[in-house]
Amino acid sequence: MASVAAAAGSRRLRRVSQLAHRRGVLAAVLISPAVLFIGALVGTPLVLAVYLSLTDATAGSLSGRWVGFANFRHVWADGIFRGALWHTFLFTAISQAVVVLGAGLLAHALVRRFRGRWLLRFLILLPWAAPVALTTIGFLWFFDPLASIWNWFLIHLHLVSKTSPPNWLGTPTLALTSIIVVQAWRILPFATVIFIAGISSIPQEVDDAAAIDAADGLKKFWYVSLPLQLPIALVALLFGIVFTATDMVVPYLLTNGGPFNSTQMITTWAFQTGINSGNIGEGAAMSLFMLPVLAAVAVGMLVFARRSEVA
Amino acid sequence: MAALVRAWREKGFVYAVAIPFAVVLGFPFAWMAVTALKSQAEVFQPSHTWSFHPTLSSFGFLFHHTKYVRWLENTCFVGLLVVAITLLVAVPAGYALARLAGRVGQSLGVAIFLTYLVPPTLLFLPLSRVISTLHLQDRLWALVLVYPSFTVPFAIWLLMGFFKTIPQELEDAALVDGCSRLSTIVRIVFPISIPGILTVVIFTFSLVVNEFVYAITFITSSTNRTLSVGVPTDLIRADLFNWPGIMAAILIPSIPLALVYNAFLNRFIAGFTGGAFR
Repeated sequence: MASVAAAAGSRRLRRVSQLAHRRGVLAAVLISPAVLFIGALVGTPLVLAVYLSLTDATAGSLSGRWVGFANFRHVWADGIFRGALWHTFLFTAISQAVVVLGAGLLAHALVRRFRGRWLLRFLILLPWAAPVALTTIGFLWFFDPLASIWNWFLIHLHLVSKTSPPNWLGTPTLALTSIIVVQAWRILPFATVIFIAGISSIPQEVDDAAAIDAADGLKKFWYVSLPLQLPIALVALLFGIVFTATDMVVPYLLTNGGPFNSTQMITTWAFQTGINSGNIGEGAAMSLFMLPVLAAVAVGMLVFARRSEVA
Repeated sequence: MAALVRAWREKGFVYAVAIPFAVVLGFPFAWMAVTALKSQAEVFQPSHTWSFHPTLSSFGFLFHHTKYVRWLENTCFVGLLVVAITLLVAVPAGYALARLAGRVGQSLGVAIFLTYLVPPTLLFLPLSRVISTLHLQDRLWALVLVYPSFTVPFAIWLLMGFFKTIPQELEDAALVDGCSRLSTIVRIVFPISIPGILTVVIFTFSLVVNEFVYAITFITSSTNRTLSVGVPTDLIRADLFNWPGIMAAILIPSIPLALVYNAFLNRFIAGFTGGAFR
């Protein structure tokens, strides 16, 4: 009796292990926890965000009255929100232009071997490795109206007057400029790393062939290196766009939208509306304005991934 | 001779570019270090900008008069749990996507990676409702629950890249020798992947240390804060900030993180670009 049960057991075990041998089944078993997990933690809140944006939900209740597109209409008519859209665009476009140019140049230097590379690479990676909320607080000190280190330099270079040095975070245009500079500073190392990856993935033979054909310096860069790096540069750019347009740490901690909403971003304004004022429906509607940008970036990535697969 | 000139020119280009960038990117940390070594009294004195009496009192302030140590502990607690959950979910999925699922796996891998781009600033409002429904407000468990939403896609992507670099023949040989696929994975694939997995551990942990939006939304009491939120909210509060202490608070986690980033950078690059962008 016991042996029959054992035989049945071992048969079942064998069947299980045979099933596990089949690629498809094993793959599904290994992948499904991740898919379920991501579906629950990203998919559900995303749907919930769309739902909330169509209700008048406030803090303290999960649901509200259905209001259709009233939130979107209201948000769109809001002057501060329009300003926030424009600031988010400037913030993203300018910082990423600086980042792509800087990273392209820097990656070409760092990819080579040279004495002192370890130290220079360490210094260059610091802004990426350090927790961003903390380094942003550091910049709060560098921009301090009374003891700004930038002002110390500028005063000693006789570029600004000693009696009325610039108030970096207290003047609208300067505040937006400061935020853009800090964001570029912190994204640059990451973009550089991706650029280095792109450069080092160029096969050595291509490089050698170009050298034999006497394509020197600029010519080689323009006709050989640049076209081959364009795809990976695009990846770095797409990342930078997402991580800038949708990130609120730097503007939130440096100015929190001020002075006079001159540095208000989609993210900071959605946070203030949704969390501080407890107007969740409207806050959700605001943050959904980021979706078109995200969708465009996603399509860009997909097209790119497909193309590199074919190549 | 021409080759020598060219080599010199290249060297010149490298230093002419790398040194200015290193100065610009690294200077803020140097200035943080200088400030951290000043006393509170000297911080605002223009004549003491570069000449001052170095003191470690800022560290004493940080460790004895703030909840900094508690925030460090909280961050490590959340970080370690999230790393464990992430590995548990992402290692099998990353392997399966790299090896077993074929073309479908490639597309699914990209799709999973794209969820990494869905930002916390879009999800924090609905999630704040979910967290309060689950009665997890102001508890570190809320962060443990939510953080894998971005660490898992990121880790799967890196792991896919690493697993693809392992030669298929190695596994085929084990299969021919009578190993089952599962034991091939456990006995052949995992041991070789340890450096890759370690890279994932480090970058996952640092994503947790960096996270700000969820932490500031879900956590309300200062004893439950993580580093990223505790320093900006609790130390930037009264009228006169203790800038030396704040600078020390920034440098303490930043320098070790930068050191491990530097050590694991090449592996990160290999994993990041190995997924599909190649």
